[in-house]
Amino acid sequence: MPVLAESTTDFSKTEINAALTAEQKRHLLRDMIRIREFETGAFEQYQKKKMGGFLHLYIGQEAVAVGSVSLMGDNDHVITAYRDHGHALAVGMGMDECMAELFGKRTGCSKGKGGSMHFFAPDKNYWGGHGIVGGQTPLGLGLAFGLKYKGLKGCSMCFLGDGAVNQGAYHESLNLAGLWDLPVIYVIENNGYSMGTSQKRSSAFNTCLAERAAGYGIIWDVVRNGSDLYEVREVVGRAVERAHAESRPTVLEIATYRYEGHSVADAKHNKQTLQEGYRTKDEIEHYRKNFDPIGNFSEKLIQEGVTTEDEIKEIRKAAVAETRASVTFADQSAFPTAEDLLTDVYSEVDHNTLAGRTGRHFFND
Amino acid sequence: MRTITYRQALNEAFDEEIQRDPNVFLIGEEVAEYDGAYKVTQGLWKKHGDKRVVDSPISESGFIGMAVGASMLGLRPVCELMFWSFYTVAWDQIANNAGMVRYMSGGLINCPIVIRGPANGGTNVGATHSHTPENIMATIPGLKVVCPATARDAKGLMKTAIRDNDPVMFMENTMLYGLEGEVPDPADGDFTIPLGVADLKREGVDVSLIAHGRSVLIALEAAEILSAEHGIECDVLDLRSIRPLDEEAILETVAKTSRVVLVDENKPFCGVSAQIAALIQEKAFDDLDAPVQRVCSIDAPAIYSPPVEKEQLPTARRVIDKVLSII
Ligand SMILES: Cc1ncc(C[n+]2csc(CCOP(=O)(O)OP(=O)(O)O)c2C)c(N)n1
Ligand SMILES: [Mg+2]
Repeated sequence: MPVLAESTTDFSKTEINAALTAEQKRHLLRDMIRIREFETGAFEQYQKKKMGGFLHLYIGQEAVAVGSVSLMGDNDHVITAYRDHGHALAVGMGMDECMAELFGKRTGCSKGKGGSMHFFAPDKNYWGGHGIVGGQTPLGLGLAFGLKYKGLKGCSMCFLGDGAVNQGAYHESLNLAGLWDLPVIYVIENNGYSMGTSQKRSSAFNTCLAERAAGYGIIWDVVRNGSDLYEVREVVGRAVERAHAESRPTVLEIATYRYEGHSVADAKHNKQTLQEGYRTKDEIEHYRKNFDPIGNFSEKLIQEGVTTEDEIKEIRKAAVAETRASVTFADQSAFPTAEDLLTDVYSEVDHNTLAGRTGRHFFND
Repeated sequence: MRTITYRQALNEAFDEEIQRDPNVFLIGEEVAEYDGAYKVTQGLWKKHGDKRVVDSPISESGFIGMAVGASMLGLRPVCELMFWSFYTVAWDQIANNAGMVRYMSGGLINCPIVIRGPANGGTNVGATHSHTPENIMATIPGLKVVCPATARDAKGLMKTAIRDNDPVMFMENTMLYGLEGEVPDPADGDFTIPLGVADLKREGVDVSLIAHGRSVLIALEAAEILSAEHGIECDVLDLRSIRPLDEEAILETVAKTSRVVLVDENKPFCGVSAQIAALIQEKAFDDLDAPVQRVCSIDAPAIYSPPVEKEQLPTARRVIDKVLSII
């Protein structure tokens, strides 16, 4: 089972990473910092009761979304589960619309209808944001099917957790992907836990979760250090290439770690307990200290002479300011109204077409 | 009488049934070592161990189907869905296997399982997590459906559900888990409540409010205000179990008041209240002085936005308005 470990390879030198300009590298760092600051800000607002329900933070896993998304071309698509803020910002969604969604406001990306788990931006090839564990895995397959059907050279990156791999829908999807050579990349973000259950208590496997793909004749690979953005790009890059060139699926497993509780409503954030039980404080500290994707990449870029400590401070400051502005935006935006409940249910009704005017669609008084 | 929470009441029911019958075991995601996502099974794994309280991977179709199979051999699995909303993933196992194995085998096979967990809106977790599928479960002959509103009912009905030889779909509510109520002391003997018996939770003469689950509390709140501000006295009938349904109790209250408002967190289309309304018009048409009215959730997927979600669910305000419209 892959646990986060320093790699012996220097992935900064591989072709795909060597091709990055200094500006592009600073941009990747900036993307990760923006995600971190956005979520830190969102958590503060959660504690101030500006939002309800769940808030699943991605803090600690930023290199996975940013590294993968950085490889996307025009016909590449992304879909993920409920831990979706990182992917959303990585594909280019704005902080304003994301924060407003968390606040349940009309200006939110889903008009306040979806909440934290359901961010979408089809115009950015981002298909959500899905609350049912494993539910996105056939949809990811469908994006790949659609690409192939239309004759487009692209791929679908479908992210899922180490707990989600045990849903039947995922296994059915793997079979279809292998059978029909669909250009889907399943990216298992293995952060070691599904809620309070460690991977070894939830999954039967031989050497790792990705290896299950072999049974379906699908190529698989592993990222040992998911906090190394370069390694993520290298391994995901090969899968994207395979999808584009050969229209073949890949299953990847990326070792990563979440610093916060499963959701901020959970034990770690509960003042009475402050203890999760299923993992130790030392374990969390170990990963924070040694496998912080932002610290890790900052160090590398400084060594490469691409950036400086001062410049990174500026990037962070800007991300904090952007987050604050998004909080103000969300705060000042209006809530949806009760009338808004009945829009976005049926397209035909919203557009007042003949079909929408024929027969009764809603059954309120 | 002593007071405990709805959560503790359920916990007690499991604890007692696990001790009473070696075939009873709990299974679900995070029910054992983590004490349950909503702490309903707190302490039970520590007390009863791995065999009786089992953590499952996130494979609802797999573990619920497995429980159905195990129940055919006489085990009595109590399966937790972390949210009832996730029934969709296991629906084939519930509808076709749990619901029909007895019939398809000409009565040769029993399926004594309980599937339980919270089924409610109101906590801003979005449409995928806010389903209230008691109506959907009740459309399958072969399944039983229970929706307790109070700690006392939760305990008494759960113990009965576990002992029942048929599959019982037991719907709890995250907004009720922390509410306290009087529950008989175990020292005073085994306490159970039969399925199919409604409970009149408030007596009045003018209007009947009929509800199940948390909507019972909304109905009681409305009844309080109607009495204080309008001098209108309501019967509040808590159905407690949806299938079997206490038809007699429904007809009795309708005969007494002649006016009915049904309060139901289901969406209106084929919600539980639609069935009750059909029943009343078939069997008590002549008793009625006004059309049967309903207060349901607004007919759209559950919205996230916290203040609007409140409006989407039945409120005491809406119940009061309905009552005033037929009086
Ligand atoms: C079908 C279904 N079952 C259970 C849940 C409740 N649930 C939400 S997240 C989660 C854990 C998932 O863990 P993992 O796949 O490892 O993703 P991570 O949270 O670590 O990102 C569970 C059990 C759900 N949302 N959907
Ligand atoms: Mg995980």
